[in-house]
Amino acid sequence: MRKWGMVIDLDRCTGCQACVVACKAENNVVFSDPTQEETHRAISWMSVLTVLEGEYPDVKESYIPRPCMHCENPPCVKVCPVGATYKNPEGIVAQVYTRCIGCRYCTNNCPYTLKYFNYYRPRWSNEMKNLLNPDVSKRQVGVVEKCSFCHHRLQKAKEDARFEKRELREEDYVPACVQTCPTGALIFGDLQNPKSEVHRLSKISRAFRLLEELGTEPQVFYLTEGEWHG
Amino acid sequence: MDNKSDDYSKVEEDLLRPITQTGRDFYVTVAILLAIISVGVFAWIIQLREGLGVTGLNRPIFWGFYITNFVFFIGISHAGTLISAILRLANAEWRRAITRSAEVITVLVLFFGVLNIINDLGRPDRLLYTIFHGEFRSPLLWDVVSISIYFICSSIYLFLPLIPDIALMRDKFKGTRKGKIYRILALGWKGTEKQWKILGRAISLMAVLVIPIAVSVHTVVSYVFAMTIQPMWHSTIFGPYFVTGAIFSGIAALLIAMVIIRKSCHLQAYLKPVHFNNLGLLLLVMSLLWFYFTFTENLTSFYGAEPSHLAVFYAKLTGQYAPYFWVMVFLCFILPVAVLSNRKTRTISGIFLVSCGVIVGMWLERYTIVLPTLINPRLPIERGTYTPTWVELAITAACFAAFILLYILFVKAFPIVSIWEIKEGKEVGVEETAERVKSYLPDTVFEKKSGGLGANEINSPSKRENDHE
Repeated sequence: MRKWGMVIDLDRCTGCQACVVACKAENNVVFSDPTQEETHRAISWMSVLTVLEGEYPDVKESYIPRPCMHCENPPCVKVCPVGATYKNPEGIVAQVYTRCIGCRYCTNNCPYTLKYFNYYRPRWSNEMKNLLNPDVSKRQVGVVEKCSFCHHRLQKAKEDARFEKRELREEDYVPACVQTCPTGALIFGDLQNPKSEVHRLSKISRAFRLLEELGTEPQVFYLTEGEWHG
Repeated sequence: MDNKSDDYSKVEEDLLRPITQTGRDFYVTVAILLAIISVGVFAWIIQLREGLGVTGLNRPIFWGFYITNFVFFIGISHAGTLISAILRLANAEWRRAITRSAEVITVLVLFFGVLNIINDLGRPDRLLYTIFHGEFRSPLLWDVVSISIYFICSSIYLFLPLIPDIALMRDKFKGTRKGKIYRILALGWKGTEKQWKILGRAISLMAVLVIPIAVSVHTVVSYVFAMTIQPMWHSTIFGPYFVTGAIFSGIAALLIAMVIIRKSCHLQAYLKPVHFNNLGLLLLVMSLLWFYFTFTENLTSFYGAEPSHLAVFYAKLTGQYAPYFWVMVFLCFILPVAVLSNRKTRTISGIFLVSCGVIVGMWLERYTIVLPTLINPRLPIERGTYTPTWVELAITAACFAAFILLYILFVKAFPIVSIWEIKEGKEVGVEETAERVKSYLPDTVFEKKSGGLGANEINSPSKRENDHE
């Protein structure tokens, strides 16, 4: 069984936010208006955290793109009262929108605050309505949603492989953010395959994970020179 | 003999008066409460149509007023059943006049606790998924189970001691429409010796059963927070801390209800200063216990000095939530201790003031547990603040109003002071207590000592009765 994971090279990230836009378009993430931004209700499965260090003019700015960490021990999964979020055998933490009752217990127990709640009914402009991705279901008001590692792409890749009567290749499946990243800061693959790039990078000395001390075992690794000060 | 039956008909008359006579105050109060409730219902309809966007919630503050209300209401519910069960089991004779008013609080307020958590759901239409697709590893499901059991048990525990009184009313209102309803509810009670025996046993059994269930309920409510890995929620002390707070706020709610009942139903002869004095002392003990827990909880976080914990700690003590926190400390500790530990101020009006303070303070306690943690996520992400909108305020006000309304309607439908238990107290309670006190003492020396000793001593504060203002 494969275990999908991501490596994010912070030293390569320019903070261009292309991954954020690609993710929104790919996953039918609803657009937010300025008031929603102001009230902190915007949804963005991939979000780039900007960390400023020092005072002007001696400033260091660093960017941390954050998709769902797809933890090995996901705190969000065990508190869900209806099993609307679960860890699938391939390592992806999935969310079932039609099952979610919107209690927001999972959002509160996510130490990374990477789950999002639909405070509003999704509204799309007429132009956008024709551009929605048919592979991804739209979310209703009142449910929690989050990054799925573009799980629909995995399903599609599997179907293609079956159609062509061959095994699924690792490179067949890549999430939208990884595909878009212009500097190659995002790398995706099978963490259990010893020959894969993500496996190799996750073991190097530059690698670390967010809030490692909590024991959640994120499947998203970060690379940086020196220590990260978040 | 004649004297005795006169006495009993006086008791019946006094205690049935709220049911038979309705004043103008009643209609005015009901009208005001209905007005508040209808605003709340209107707000609720808006929320159901629009989603939780009409509240002040956001990311990362996913929980706010509704969860605070939920914990608060479930806490209040501990007044009743737990206090009444403990007093019954302890054979405390002074319980007779207060048990029912306590038990009613439990049953009614639980309903509003549940209502608030349903109200907090993004998809209330999927509520039953918690049963069809329930995942028992989630503490929220533990809540569903233990609150349901508590609701059933405390309803039975309220109903059982009601049966003889309902039968009494069935006979009083024979022939009227009211009488028919009472006839059904009386379950064929005739007052035979066998029936009394069964009832007595059933009440004792429920009293024993209900105590561990009550303790479990608030422990499990605290687990909703304690089982997470969030700073200052993930705390082993939360179970007993929440139970203590629950009993504390529950006694306060009971005292407020008693003061109002006493005045509006003219039951000064039944709810005596001694009852207030005893419950007031219990409130004082709980206040001290509550402070001990609060102190321990905060000191541990402070001394451990983990940055994520300290952020929450300072948000409470010096930051955004400091006003709420210090008002809470004042209302839940300083004021109760100052007023209740002094015999001169431990009067009915003093106790009423303190109880109102404790209710507000304990609501703030729940608020300062829920919010400061949510507002300080571990990662330095952007964070908003939380201000409740009118929808949340209206629904909260409506919950309080609806609770009071249902309580008033209960007082109008059933005797709020148990008639048969008062009679029983006069009939056998006094003698039994005398016997019991005798049995504590050496057999020969004090044989002549008066039986009502314990009661007289407790009664002494009645001299200081000064609630005529």
